[in-house]
Amino acid sequence: MSKTEPSLTIALAGQPNVGKSTVFNMLTGLNQHVGNWPGKTVEQKTGLYMRDGQVIRIVDLPGTYSLTANSEEERIARDFLLRERPDIVIVIVNAAALERNLYLVAELMSMPVWVVVGVNMMDVAEQAGIHVETNVLQAALGVPVVPLVASRNQGVSELMDAALRLVKNPAEFTPNRPEIRAEHRPVLAEISSLLNGKIPLYPGDWTAIKLLEGDVEITEMVRGSAPEAWDRIHTLLKQHEDAFLDVAGGRYEWVGRMVRAAVVKPKTGAISLTDRLDKIATHPFWGLVLLLGIFGLVFWLTYTVAMPAVNWLNSQVIISIVESVRQVLAPAPAWLTSLLVDGLIGGAGTVLTFVPILVVFFAVLGLLEDIGYLARSAYVMDRFMHWMGLHGRSFLPMFIGFGCNVPGVLGARIVEEKRARLLTILLTPLVPCSARMAVIAFLTPAFFGQNAALVTWGLVAGNLVLLLLIGIAINRGVFRGARSAFIMEMPLYHLPNARTIGLYVWHNTWAFVKKAGGIIMLASATVWLLAYLPNGDVQGSLLAGFGRWLEPAGRWLGLGDWRLIVALLSSFVAKENTIASLGVLYGNEANLGLAEKVARTLTPAAALAFLVVQMTFIPCVATVAVIKQETASWKWTAFSVGLLLFVSFGVAVLVYQLSRVMGWGG
Amino acid sequence: MKQRSKYRKLEEFGPSQPGQIPLSSLKSGERGVVVGLSGGRGLTSRLISLGFTPGTEVTLLQNYGRGPLLVTVRDTRVALGRGEALKVMVEAL
Repeated sequence: MSKTEPSLTIALAGQPNVGKSTVFNMLTGLNQHVGNWPGKTVEQKTGLYMRDGQVIRIVDLPGTYSLTANSEEERIARDFLLRERPDIVIVIVNAAALERNLYLVAELMSMPVWVVVGVNMMDVAEQAGIHVETNVLQAALGVPVVPLVASRNQGVSELMDAALRLVKNPAEFTPNRPEIRAEHRPVLAEISSLLNGKIPLYPGDWTAIKLLEGDVEITEMVRGSAPEAWDRIHTLLKQHEDAFLDVAGGRYEWVGRMVRAAVVKPKTGAISLTDRLDKIATHPFWGLVLLLGIFGLVFWLTYTVAMPAVNWLNSQVIISIVESVRQVLAPAPAWLTSLLVDGLIGGAGTVLTFVPILVVFFAVLGLLEDIGYLARSAYVMDRFMHWMGLHGRSFLPMFIGFGCNVPGVLGARIVEEKRARLLTILLTPLVPCSARMAVIAFLTPAFFGQNAALVTWGLVAGNLVLLLLIGIAINRGVFRGARSAFIMEMPLYHLPNARTIGLYVWHNTWAFVKKAGGIIMLASATVWLLAYLPNGDVQGSLLAGFGRWLEPAGRWLGLGDWRLIVALLSSFVAKENTIASLGVLYGNEANLGLAEKVARTLTPAAALAFLVVQMTFIPCVATVAVIKQETASWKWTAFSVGLLLFVSFGVAVLVYQLSRVMGWGG
Repeated sequence: MKQRSKYRKLEEFGPSQPGQIPLSSLKSGERGVVVGLSGGRGLTSRLISLGFTPGTEVTLLQNYGRGPLLVTVRDTRVALGRGEALKVMVEAL
């Protein structure tokens, strides 16, 4: 990467579902940095774009429908534009929904920024019979307009040409700015002059419009920064309370004038591809069938593609690393070798072997997102999410949670409303992640023989019912049944872009390795220490002592053997650790016949209870860390851990005692 | 007291003017023109930024009588919760 300081900053703006991230990925490739906006739980992506030796910083603003303070994303986007003043703002619009997309352009054109418009998805629009004359639109807007098919890398470099040309020839920028309706112009002028220069960085006209729109954040800011003018402004605003709808209406009138000549639309009645696909995908019954089918496909891929890769990594790569470390460390004290091999490499191995599963999962998810399906899954699940006071959007983080709870909890960010987001974060750890499924898949055949598949399905179904019941209980008991608004765009279906999906997989997997890697290593080393102290023998270790101390509680659910308890506790490091721990504790390092060995010590009732408690046990340490990060509250983090501890123990006891009544107690 | 506030709420949802009905009363395939938004400012603002302004034509794509609705507004498909669709007043076309 070049060390040269970027000479220009270009911000990428756009509404959701316009292919903005595809443009960003085309421009920056792997030359990008993903973090958070300072002090916010909103993802910030910046990257570098090289052109003729010039380094340009590209800042990907959050996708927003408007720039009113409706959401954290919208506040971030407009604060960046006003405070950081990028040299150029490239706004990406969707040719197939130009009218609504230009609403954001109308907002941007009222700001002191230089705008270049990229009209993306020209191909999708043509398919739907919509034809956009970009040169006509350019003449109307008075700013550069470039046609794009970003998914095929068409027009992206022309877009940058237009932006760089504008920097050199400012005279080319003759924006046709939207104006407010005539009846509100005098009041706008008066407020604007009252504000004159009182609010640094925020231009008077723009601030005045936001006041007329009733923007909460700007209102608070003006009240605080210009108290002497506030009384008069407040009176004016009171007299023009109706201006709110007019400001927005005025923008759409402006949009109407801009698109009138530039867009040719098909006669209504044509049935598009999206219409036909949605007949199934959004159908209350067939939509669910399709979603279940997709889940089936994901699990099938996980078992046929990811699991063999995991086993290969375990049996080839990690073992050979362990062997070489042992050789190198032959002269070193035994405890050091053990710490490195069992503690640290064990931890790293856990992270590493998880990668194939995540890659498969994120590839499917990225594909579903890119073709536009994911929003449909939120739509068909909306009815069920309502039972918990949530809506369809909350389904998406839970969907991700099936792969791994860590990105699932992070994914709860797409839920705008705070209370609904918190509930989504609390429920996501109850989604059985692929690591838990791996443990279940390993143990169930040995425990239940030919009934294994039935038991597995029963466990997953029971787990989801439990999630639903807990969701209903928290919503009623803690949040008092409040619910939030469900408004979600359903993008048109379009062909996927391999690069977009590839980068999606890369970023999410890498984020997991970075986020979870250190924590898992640390936790793994700690568990090693507890299993080693005081005399280097697991049987007499602190961990074993703790397990034995818990044996009386374990008996409630048929787990009177401390080894099972310790194996369960070790799943706090990472869920699949249960298997490795059982291997060590049952003296069966190679794991051959391990499940059978464990099975022989358990009655069917106890085996079932063990699977239940394993599945619903407290979130793994990496998940706990992101829960803390996302809720920014130790209280809610403790609540989440305490809740699952209570639930897993309670349900497992119930299952055990019921099974004994049924006569499966052996 | 409680009874009365409940009453007022129902009134707010019902047809406020002759010919005006909530969007959720349209059937699949029917069209209407937005005449008003009756939610709070936050909801109204979000609806506006997605294109629901007075005078805009909307087509109801999917309304199964329960669960969310699917609507086309300004060339965009939007999913709306039933509660949200109650706050968008339309005149049927």
